[in-house]
Amino acid sequence: MTHEMVMDGLRLVLYVAGLILFAATNAAYLSLAERKIPSWMQLRRGPTEVGPWGLLQPVADGLKLMSKQILIPQDTDKFLFILAPVMVVVPSILCLVTLPFSETIAARNYNLGLLMIFAFGAINMFALMLAGWASANKYSSIAAARVVAQNIAYEIPALLIVISLVMITHTFNLHSIVDQQSGGFWHWNLFNLKANPLMPLSFLIFFICLLAEANRAPFDMVEAESELVAGAFTEYSGMGFGLFFIAEYANIVVGCSVATILFLGGWHCPFGLLPGVHWFLIKLYSLCFAVIWVRWSFPRTQFYGLLNLSWKILIPLALFNLILTAVMLKVIPMP
Amino acid sequence: MIKYFKTNIEGAWTLAVGMWITFCHMFRRRVTLDYPYKSLTMTPRYRGHIDLIKDETTGKPKCIVCMACQRACPSGCIKLDGVKPEGATRKEPTSYTLNFTTCSLCGLCVESCNFGALKFSKEYNLASLRKEDYQMDLLARVQEKT
Repeated sequence: MTHEMVMDGLRLVLYVAGLILFAATNAAYLSLAERKIPSWMQLRRGPTEVGPWGLLQPVADGLKLMSKQILIPQDTDKFLFILAPVMVVVPSILCLVTLPFSETIAARNYNLGLLMIFAFGAINMFALMLAGWASANKYSSIAAARVVAQNIAYEIPALLIVISLVMITHTFNLHSIVDQQSGGFWHWNLFNLKANPLMPLSFLIFFICLLAEANRAPFDMVEAESELVAGAFTEYSGMGFGLFFIAEYANIVVGCSVATILFLGGWHCPFGLLPGVHWFLIKLYSLCFAVIWVRWSFPRTQFYGLLNLSWKILIPLALFNLILTAVMLKVIPMP
Repeated sequence: MIKYFKTNIEGAWTLAVGMWITFCHMFRRRVTLDYPYKSLTMTPRYRGHIDLIKDETTGKPKCIVCMACQRACPSGCIKLDGVKPEGATRKEPTSYTLNFTTCSLCGLCVESCNFGALKFSKEYNLASLRKEDYQMDLLARVQEKT
């Protein structure tokens, strides 16, 4: 009994430390990728001075952020101002808890893992709104209003896609969803055309919603520099800003992991060879690359363009996709 | 209805084209130069500060101290002096200083020189924290080069 409790406690500590480390390392090196990859696309070289090929640049950035003073301006709601960066980081790390990285690596295997990720994903929006509100700054307030409108608009198509997927998989358990896709890429949900011929399109819609939910360009209305200085982050300095930064990249990692699990077969190899955590990471970072690639290919949309895309294109398509899935499930019986 | 689908599919296609362009750019040659470690040679018509030209046969500056450049300078930043050595047919400069803090690189001195003794140098790394660095001794510069 006591032995079990000690082991359970140890496991808890190990996973908490591991997940925080994973999130922080990802934030650090995705931020380096965010500087290197666009610099290649613009025929530049990116950071080269700190360490070989600039590999220690994230360390330098982190030290700089940590050594800076955290300024709390007058007239801000101090409690919420300090709470917001914490609230934006914690849910994105909590989302990592239920992600199955491989057959054996997962902090907790919930039956409702998928639901939990979307529930905590919504808190991220809430925290950004709090940050904007608490800053008592006109730019931050506009950003707070924008983040709510944007996230409501994009949560609908994302959830409609997920619902139609869950109708096919019959489970919210991420581990079982991945297990259903074993044995070659033609078993992935992305190519599950027998269940729904529009699967590639629904993956595309999910990916677009992922970009919008993670507030990434071309949908980064929350921190539209040219209009809102730094949006909700305008008044933040030092590690307060750093936490928003970590959360942004943790959200990208969570979003790309969910896309990998739902559509790309998780830890399964495309050719049925050597399943393992490496395939999961390859797929995850390919999607992260795509996120960065999209950011540096397209200019920021305007706010009405953002909402038009969601309400006029994505939501009708996602609804049609849902109905089609339901009809297909009735017409063609699942094996 | 057809127009709706047509515009959306066309829009998606243009996005794909844009992404393909950025992807191809990733594998092209970088244009950035590692500046402090490497630098480009300056273009031939670059107008740096002025420099005296050396006469290759005698090894001395071509300047004969006619003062045309000093008179032509609108900012009065050229100061020169010279003597006529024993047995020589022309004067030689003993000092030639350029006050680069007021020079506007107009090039009137080079145009006014009838003896082809002045040119623009190709120097461009001229940043300094000390004012004295811009009191340039051009005579010393031309002698250094020998």
